[in-house]
Amino acid sequence: MDTGNTAFVLLSAALVMLMTPGLAFFYGGMVRVKSVLNMLMMSFICLAVVTVLWVLYGFSMTFSTDAFGGVVGNLDWYGMRDIGVAELWDGYTIPVTVFAAFQLMFAIITPALISGAVADRTRFTAWALFVAFWVTLVYFPVAHWVWAADGWLFEKGVIDFAGGTAVHINAGIAALALVLVVGKRVGFKRDPMRPHNLPLVMIGAGLLWFGWFGFNAGSWLAADGVTGRALINTQIATAAAMLGWLFLEKIRDGHLTTLGAASGAVAGLVAITPACGALSPLGSIALGLVAGAVCAWAVGLKYRLGYDDSLDVVGVHLVGGIIGSLAPGLLATGHVQSDAKGLFYGGGFDQLGKQLIGVGAVLGYSFVVTYILGTVIHKTIGFRVSEDDEVAGIDRVEHAETGYDFAALGGSTRPTAGIGTATGAGAAAPADTKVDA
Amino acid sequence: MKLITAVIKPHRLDDVKNALQAFGVHGLTVTEASGYGRQRGHTEVYRGAEYQVDLVPKVRIEVLADDEDAEELLEVLVKAARTGKIGDGKAWIVPVDSVVRVRTGERGPEAL
Repeated sequence: MDTGNTAFVLLSAALVMLMTPGLAFFYGGMVRVKSVLNMLMMSFICLAVVTVLWVLYGFSMTFSTDAFGGVVGNLDWYGMRDIGVAELWDGYTIPVTVFAAFQLMFAIITPALISGAVADRTRFTAWALFVAFWVTLVYFPVAHWVWAADGWLFEKGVIDFAGGTAVHINAGIAALALVLVVGKRVGFKRDPMRPHNLPLVMIGAGLLWFGWFGFNAGSWLAADGVTGRALINTQIATAAAMLGWLFLEKIRDGHLTTLGAASGAVAGLVAITPACGALSPLGSIALGLVAGAVCAWAVGLKYRLGYDDSLDVVGVHLVGGIIGSLAPGLLATGHVQSDAKGLFYGGGFDQLGKQLIGVGAVLGYSFVVTYILGTVIHKTIGFRVSEDDEVAGIDRVEHAETGYDFAALGGSTRPTAGIGTATGAGAAAPADTKVDA
Repeated sequence: MKLITAVIKPHRLDDVKNALQAFGVHGLTVTEASGYGRQRGHTEVYRGAEYQVDLVPKVRIEVLADDEDAEELLEVLVKAARTGKIGDGKAWIVPVDSVVRVRTGERGPEAL
């Protein structure tokens, strides 16, 4: 065991964990006042559901010895049994438990990414159930394809440093499939649905950026030069993407917006994720600029094509993920993560072809399975709250809470009889009533 | 008696308050309001999607005045609220039948 590497991956696991609350705030600020708590909860519930499933069978399905054809791992490690404290992860110098904790955080944030697409209208129990089935049927197998030593995409030589295919394309295309099942928000394209709290969006984007260093740099499972390159490339591409997004906005809309800066940063983080171990710093700038500008353009597609992806999961994660996943095929220098070279570095079309196979496989599988799973849930227990409840606000209906109390006129908070008071008779009188003796 | 109501730009409130105080007004009511006039609202852009925001934040000021003071008070108020730019607002006077000071029950001019 190498304590330096182990310490770094442990720290990285903690950083990646922080991304899920970060995402919750990023998304939470973008919805309307009446939906903020539901939006936060859709991310937070992933922390609970996926963690338990990961222990029960998720880690085993993803990283245990292949069960057949590089498609899914076996269940030998169910309950994470038989994993010794001192046992090292295959071919690396860190304990299996540390690796499992790090990878768990990826499994948590991936379904949370999808939630932004169906904001404002999804029944919470249906969502929680969807998360449980989706990680089981889609995420665990796809992560096995890409990252397990005997996964079929890994064996083909597809480069996915930290999850461009398994996390971002996977979540982005699932978001599109789910939106097609669930349908549009009431008033889509008619009512204003502007973000209720842009400072919250900025806090969320900042936390995502910070946590992403663990996401990308930690994925090398060591603290060395490749890790350093992955980390600095992450910073470079993110900065360039923010500029790319803002540049396009200034030309198209005339303003440099806060939401654009935050979205551009996230688009850059998404795009550099699969490529951060293969590119040069200059290549990262090029990738970031392109990803920022293209994603800024792509978020407008929903208005033209008519699907209601509430918070642009498709425009940012799917489009950014595809750009980033193809990047090693074009810009890999061949001297960092692996010796595979991209098209622009004299490597020909070989690596680009492999990357295309990876992208296509995840797109097809995730879309089809998510669409079927979403439809089954929609037809049985129902995916949406009623139209009245959606208009009134999903926070009140699903959680019996509201995010903000703006005015004292909003209603009495006197406890309901029998709750929070000593006797039923006492509850009938307002708390501040004085009784003369 | 008269009721003078003015809907003005929020940042003019302090000047209006000071001007009214200097004029000798003892009390007034201020409410946060929103609305639009001929110029309508403004446009905001979120990820390229434009939103027309019709209702612009305003404050509404209400002052009670004696019949003989009302016109002059209105002038003072309007002068203090004016910036000369679009969206300065409106002010108007309406007759009031009866005024009561809640604490004492006094009526009419005594209650002002």
